[in-house]
Amino acid sequence: MFSMTRNRNRKKINMTLWLMILPGVVYFFLFSYLPMSGIVLAFKNYSYSKGIFGSPWVGFDNFKFFFLGGKGIHVLLNTIGYNFAFLVFNTVLQVGMAIFLSVIVSKWFVRVTQTMLFFPFFLSWVIVGAFMLNIFNFEHGVLNTALQALHMDPIDIYSKIHAWKYIIVSIQVWKWLGYGTVIYLAAVMSIEKEMYEASEIDGANKFQEIFYLTIPSLVPYIITLTLVNIGNIFKGDFNMFYQITGNNPILYPSTDVIDTFVVRSLLQLNDFGMTTAAGFMQSVFSLVVLLLANSAAKRLSKDSALF
Amino acid sequence: MNRSVKKTKTDTLFAILSRFYVLFFALLCFLPFLLVISGSITKESSIVHDGFRLIPKEVSFAAYRLAFELPTTTLKAYGISFLITAIGTAASLFLLSMTAYVLQRKDFKLRNVFAFYFYFTTVFGAGLVPWYILIVKYLHLKDNLLVLILPGLFNVIYMIIIRSFMNSIPYSLTESAKIDGAGDFRIYAQLILPLSKPALASMGLFVSLNYWNDFLNALLFIENKNYYPLQFYLYNLLRKQQVLQEMAGMSTAAIQTHVTDMPNDSLKMAMAIVTVIPVLLVYPFVQKYFVKGVMIGAVKG
Repeated sequence: MFSMTRNRNRKKINMTLWLMILPGVVYFFLFSYLPMSGIVLAFKNYSYSKGIFGSPWVGFDNFKFFFLGGKGIHVLLNTIGYNFAFLVFNTVLQVGMAIFLSVIVSKWFVRVTQTMLFFPFFLSWVIVGAFMLNIFNFEHGVLNTALQALHMDPIDIYSKIHAWKYIIVSIQVWKWLGYGTVIYLAAVMSIEKEMYEASEIDGANKFQEIFYLTIPSLVPYIITLTLVNIGNIFKGDFNMFYQITGNNPILYPSTDVIDTFVVRSLLQLNDFGMTTAAGFMQSVFSLVVLLLANSAAKRLSKDSALF
Repeated sequence: MNRSVKKTKTDTLFAILSRFYVLFFALLCFLPFLLVISGSITKESSIVHDGFRLIPKEVSFAAYRLAFELPTTTLKAYGISFLITAIGTAASLFLLSMTAYVLQRKDFKLRNVFAFYFYFTTVFGAGLVPWYILIVKYLHLKDNLLVLILPGLFNVIYMIIIRSFMNSIPYSLTESAKIDGAGDFRIYAQLILPLSKPALASMGLFVSLNYWNDFLNALLFIENKNYYPLQFYLYNLLRKQQVLQEMAGMSTAAIQTHVTDMPNDSLKMAMAIVTVIPVLLVYPFVQKYFVKGVMIGAVKG
């Protein structure tokens, strides 16, 4: 008798929990798992009237077109190149910032500067687009105003395609500096004070402390965060690239990444087959790279792995 | 003795160096914002003549006066953004916390299966296009305000963070509530939810910032001007040759009779500032929650 009521109770409990998890399950079924069936579009010539499943098969034509059209390799390399540059510059500057912040004694100074550093994270990329207008506008941007004040010729930055690589990397680093520093700063603060005291007794100066104590203890964090970023090496932040360049076609050769290419081809060319192929490839590459990076990390040290 | 003097010297040098480095980047992070403020309060003729500067040559608040004199379109965009941010954040927190709650219940046998079901969507997806077709062709959500809310509703990483926070709440609390006869939903809503406030505050702010700053969903799915959220509205203004025409729906000549020094570039800058104001107002108070959020996320991730 006792066990029967217990059993019934357990069933009732499970029912409520099931109902509570249902909305989330339905949500991802609808918006993530159902669209996966749409991947077949990558192998089809999509026509709007025939729908996803009525359109004719074309084999690997969409992939061929993506690469042989000359765009594929190009946006792929741009995406990887940018992400690699972001990774290097972000890590160096964020780790540096965390170390420098940690040695400043004045609480007031740290709080004010950290608030300023974190500020760009809160701004939308559209606002960053307004900054770009203010700074790089040919007729009255700050850059050309400054150049004229120095009696130099104004620069039409929108004709200097290669300059945009540096601009984009700088702005990305600028936007995430405060955010990334938080993590490393917490890591620096978690190093035991006794370690520093011991090294001071041994006569180490600040530089020696940084290189032999602080940086080595940050390495596990750097590895983990690098792993996360390597998993995203095929993904471009659409909003960032779109707003910084103002979607300017002249700049595509040096600023087009997979994500901007996909959105543009979708909205302007309505090429559903080729864009699905590009997106599918991006997903597969990302997954493979993530798994590779994770197993490499496991071999290095178990704690650094993501899963 | 000699050695320790040398040591304090390098330490002082290091202290100066670190302050210089931090201050330099901190100023750099704020500079573009100051430039835009300066541009927004510069007289239009001065912008045409002297260009944008850090310190305006001729100050005029005409752009702001105009931004608030022609408020209908701006206010509408503001209203849309507030609406989707408020509804989206509330709905998202409810959904995230409820799912997180079930996934941390140790007596829910399939919790690991479902955890994988959710996590997998973050490492593999169909990409943008099938999702786009689903929303436009099958759900018919184009030009529907729901399309600005639904995509940001469930962020798996935020859910995992909330779950790990709930994990730190002693399980004996749930058990004793059960003995007192509370149902599972009541345990979640009246016991666990209030205890999870710190995590919910952090994640709620991340969600609301994402909604407020969202641009892509409007670009993809919104064509009706009445439904433009603020960021998309601003984006369109920034790219227009004549901003006033766009905002007031008047011809340039008609406006010129109203205003002698017609703000255009200064108006763009003023509109950018108007868009940032809500973020700027809450920023000093909420920054610490974001810092906390980043840290729990980092420990977990």
